[in-house]
Amino acid sequence: MSVAQQTPTGAVVLRTEHLGRSVGDISVVTDISLDVYHGEMLGIVGPSGSGKSSLLRLLNRLDEPTSGTVFFDGQDYRQFSPRELRRRVGMVTQRPFLFPGNVAGNIRFGPLQRGEVVADEDIARLLERVGLSGFAGREVANLSGGEQQRVSLARALANHPEILLLDEPTSALDEQAKTGVEQLICSLVKDTSLTCVMVTHDRDQARRMCDRVALLEAGRLIQYGKPAEVLGA
Amino acid sequence: MLKSLFHTQLTLGLAQAGTASVLALAVVLLARRRNIHLESDAAIALLRGIVQIVAVGSILALLLKSPRWTSVFLLTGMILAAGSISAKRAKNIPGARKVSTYSIAAGAGLVTAVMTWAGVIDTAITSLIPVGSMIIANAMNTNGLALNRFRSEVLAHAGEIETALALGAAPEHTVASYAESSIHASLIPAIDNLRSLGIVWIPGLMTGMLLSGADPLYAAIYQFVVIAMILASSGLTSLLSTLMIRNHAFSAAEQLVLKSSG
Repeated sequence: MSVAQQTPTGAVVLRTEHLGRSVGDISVVTDISLDVYHGEMLGIVGPSGSGKSSLLRLLNRLDEPTSGTVFFDGQDYRQFSPRELRRRVGMVTQRPFLFPGNVAGNIRFGPLQRGEVVADEDIARLLERVGLSGFAGREVANLSGGEQQRVSLARALANHPEILLLDEPTSALDEQAKTGVEQLICSLVKDTSLTCVMVTHDRDQARRMCDRVALLEAGRLIQYGKPAEVLGA
Repeated sequence: MLKSLFHTQLTLGLAQAGTASVLALAVVLLARRRNIHLESDAAIALLRGIVQIVAVGSILALLLKSPRWTSVFLLTGMILAAGSISAKRAKNIPGARKVSTYSIAAGAGLVTAVMTWAGVIDTAITSLIPVGSMIIANAMNTNGLALNRFRSEVLAHAGEIETALALGAAPEHTVASYAESSIHASLIPAIDNLRSLGIVWIPGLMTGMLLSGADPLYAAIYQFVVIAMILASSGLTSLLSTLMIRNHAFSAAEQLVLKSSG
């Protein structure tokens, strides 16, 4: 199931330089510098409140850094319009937050923002990719948690992102659904060379899925490297 | 009986106030026999009430002798106060005061100006100020309801809004349905007032016109005119305030800034 764990050899597609964010007097992310390589799965691990999700939200500029910056595709990401950046740096959250209506409507949402209509065949292909063949016309309210998360993945993929940010994508699922979504994400990364940054509090999951991990504590980067080196065997 | 004893309006009014107060105090004393002690609160409220209302009456008496153009300043003052009061319903939304003041000024101001120009509202202070204040007060309430509802909807759906932003949606698109429901909810009182007019309630203006001897049919029609003007100004105010406030819920970098923790 796991993605081949190897030393990154691809180009750096995302780089954070002294990235930080403070809310009032509280620093939630402090001075984080790391590189994300093309086609790798980078895990961000750490205890609750360590700033994992806060760091992830800075990567697609859902929140504004108060210090440092992020380089995407070699440029300071503030040079991109927020919509263009978010199209290229997709995100899947812990709760899928599907929009009311059917599955096809959710998948069409992202491209529709740019005036692009996703063809039925493309929707069918995406749904097949996430293991939901024939679900296009299903109402999202009638889907299980695992199915909803798969739709959320397909919806993000419909935008053809270059990087996918995953914020605890399996933590709200039962064990069976969790295993299925894990396998799906791993196969996506392997088959399409999609670059992923995944937040998880589950160290075993990080060992199973990630090429490298960044360990955070109190908003600071403590260690950064191969899972076995950072998390132990 | 009082009319035969008191021959000027002022003395008659004071006698009527005294009679009403005696009646209210009698009820307080009745309550006291049931061990419900309202004497102190009721006495203070009665005294305070008469002082306040006589003070307002005195100011009005002074204003009514002022030239007609002073109405503009009075109505502007009312709009500024309404904007400030109404903005409190939009806690945590930056720029709410400005949005409220502009919306009320545009909604209530435009309707009052057009209706005055058309001759529906008389330019005399005795007509323009009471009708104008009714329009402004209702626009203020509608604006407060719209902003409060919008704030609640955005706070309750922050996850959906940020999901849409993360998929590349424009900020105004992510909150469009919440803005629509805010406009709809804010106009419910004004629409219900029109629906129930004459059936559930006879508004104060019509009552006042009847008491001052106006033709009942004309008083009824004019009351409808006022309530329709209130609906028009409230609708315009609500539409403008939700249109403007939705941009204030986001930063220049299209990040949702209106959050429960913020």
